[in-house]
Amino acid sequence: MLIAAAVLFLLLRLLPGDPANALVSVGADPEQIEAARRQVGSDLPIAAQFVRYLGQLGRFDLGASFISGVPVLDEIGRRLTLTLPLTALAFVAAILIALPLGILAAVKRDRWYGGLISIVSQFGIAVPVFWIGILLVTAFAVKLRLFPSSGFPPSGWRDPIAALHQLTLPILTIALVMSASLIRYVRSATLDVIGSDYLRTARALGAGYGEALIRHGIRNGAVPVISILGIELASTLLGAVVVERVFSLPGLGSMLLSGIEQRDYPSVQGVLFVSTLLVLLVGFAADLTQRLVDPRLRGSSGGRS
Amino acid sequence: MSAFAAGTGRTSLSVLKATTAAVLLLAAAAPALAADGADATIAIGSLYEPQNLDNTAGAGQGINEAFNGNVYEALFRLNDDGTVSPSLVKDYKVSDDGLTYTFTLQPGVTFHSGDPLTSADVKWSIERVTSADSKSSRKNSLKPIASIETPDDATVVVKLSSRSISLPYNLSYVWVINDAAKDLQTAEDGTGPYALDGWQRGSQLAVKRFDKYWGPKPENGEVVFKYFTEATALNNALLTGAVDVITSVQSPDSLAQFKDNPDFTVAEGKSTTKLILAYNDRVAPFDNVKVRKALARAVDKKKLLEAVWGDYGTLIGSFVPPTDPWYVDLTKVDAYDPESAKELLKEAGYPDGFTFTIDTPNYDPHPLAAQFLQGELAKVGVKVNINVITPNEWYTKIYKAHDFQATLQEHVNHRDIVFYGNPDFYWGYDNPKVAELIKASEEAATVDEQTEKLKEANVQIAEDAASNWLYLYPQIVVSKTSVSGYPVNGLNSQFFAYGIKKAD
Repeated sequence: MLIAAAVLFLLLRLLPGDPANALVSVGADPEQIEAARRQVGSDLPIAAQFVRYLGQLGRFDLGASFISGVPVLDEIGRRLTLTLPLTALAFVAAILIALPLGILAAVKRDRWYGGLISIVSQFGIAVPVFWIGILLVTAFAVKLRLFPSSGFPPSGWRDPIAALHQLTLPILTIALVMSASLIRYVRSATLDVIGSDYLRTARALGAGYGEALIRHGIRNGAVPVISILGIELASTLLGAVVVERVFSLPGLGSMLLSGIEQRDYPSVQGVLFVSTLLVLLVGFAADLTQRLVDPRLRGSSGGRS
Repeated sequence: MSAFAAGTGRTSLSVLKATTAAVLLLAAAAPALAADGADATIAIGSLYEPQNLDNTAGAGQGINEAFNGNVYEALFRLNDDGTVSPSLVKDYKVSDDGLTYTFTLQPGVTFHSGDPLTSADVKWSIERVTSADSKSSRKNSLKPIASIETPDDATVVVKLSSRSISLPYNLSYVWVINDAAKDLQTAEDGTGPYALDGWQRGSQLAVKRFDKYWGPKPENGEVVFKYFTEATALNNALLTGAVDVITSVQSPDSLAQFKDNPDFTVAEGKSTTKLILAYNDRVAPFDNVKVRKALARAVDKKKLLEAVWGDYGTLIGSFVPPTDPWYVDLTKVDAYDPESAKELLKEAGYPDGFTFTIDTPNYDPHPLAAQFLQGELAKVGVKVNINVITPNEWYTKIYKAHDFQATLQEHVNHRDIVFYGNPDFYWGYDNPKVAELIKASEEAATVDEQTEKLKEANVQIAEDAASNWLYLYPQIVVSKTSVSGYPVNGLNSQFFAYGIKKAD
């Protein structure tokens, strides 16, 4: 975590530009620019800036935005109320789409629709997120008028129906993209299970195909899928940047983008710090779930079976 | 085998059904009702979200759009037609030497917090902009102010060190704020017809009609500025009815869908935004007026404007747009003429042309314009390298360090010819005659004299081809047909909302 913080800090300072620039406009004189640099601390040597930053981090103080003056942690907290539910709902939706389709594609791989699912999911992996977003907006918002094209209600989650209504298209966008690759993982995990010795043994002992698959297959097949799920969830969290931009959502991703454009270091560092933390948490949770599902992993110290 | 497979099939089908049902249910849950007429809520779509709520602290043009004239008022108001009229000033007198302005304030004006407006608030507000640590770009224009006195609650006396004919104009930017206000970055305390009602960063800013407003009651009850980062998302919001009006359309391609649709009105106003190729006039070869004139003649600006804006926009022959009183049509001074451009280059000692780099901001239309210039200048033997930079980098490299040969930039402000009177400005244009004219124009006794001097300066910078002025942007406002009464010129990014009516 400390190393990540240091690397982030240095990489940001390597970008050309100065956060003070966001505070002045054409017409400002040199004294005004210097005053702005003093205010944000960009006139100090980088080492001094870093020590200052570490001191703040130690107190879990992410500082205040150079531009808006708002404490970064408060702003992140507010934005997470959008990004976290968005990611979580999209994740659940993706699983709902991918699990049945992936298993179906494996079990019925010799039927035409089994093949079709594989082909469509292959396409889904190749299509960029923003393009799916734009297509959905054109179809469901502009043409059919079923959903709003962008934005998030100011009342937030106090009016959950309105909030969900606004978020349907973004959730669908992420879920579609995510499920495309998930389908393929589920399919190949299911294929492994179908071809496995234990399934053959179970069938030889008199269990039906479905029964054998449910009793022995799901647990075994779930282990590799869970680790993929963890990675997917983490990347969705970060990938929300694109979706938030397409749908003009006030989430963590849009905060990161505008922070980078304006060299608002505290905001950028804050967002990256918190998202690194979240990704680590997700990875940890995935590991934990794997161990719950597969008792063989519990003895070892993190090795994969 | 079939038992399990069929089961899965059924499950996924019913999941699908349930999902579809839920989706349709959500779709049916229409957004809240909106009031019409005098209490209507007007939703204004914009690409310029303010970064904070203080126009002297790097908030960006969005704060002028949302707050000028709506939440904050000044002593004077810059009207949409470019004229300046008294706002919080009821009456004012100027001494014969032009050095003392005595302002009488409007009676019965209340701040949103409930405090009455007094002369002390005005003094405090002006000094906030002129103070040492102010980051306002307007600080320089208020330099002539020597002192501010407040003989009584309703009178403000401003003493100048030199005449300043544009003082009323310059004061139209100075928000009058309650001197007891604490936090101006996330809160406000102005006297305008609307008070801040909530700001969700990254999303929207709402202002509500202020019932104790001293002036005429606004035509609507509430105004919500909704912010977008993408022009397409903004256009979709108007198409789907999520916003009522777009303050400034930035892509001509999107206009077609509104133009031929009776549900929408497309209004073209006059902007003050100029796209220019600014040379660093300090460095060779751009210190040579012949080279600058040659490059001006080598570019077919009409073709560029058409490529970017189609039928919209205006060609300009200098930095002054037609809405400024000192406008003169100077498009003929260095009209498109590649042959004479080559001739001038030969005379200047560059018969085989030369190579230079254009520092190009990374957002539209700059990259497109840079490529166009590359093509045009190649025809007269001048090779252009394009270096793409971010706006933030632009400030460090060009504005501050003057480390560049040429750059593309849009200049948005009204009446900004004065930049050519400052030899330390980033483009480094240094003609003592122009500097003198601009200084004298400010110290003029009458507006006519000021206009005369600035016209002369305007002609001179065109003769010197100080920069390459490519074109003036159009200012296009698109709204639902049922919505009317909005400003169309958007001078200095202002967008007065109090006159907007909704008919439905």
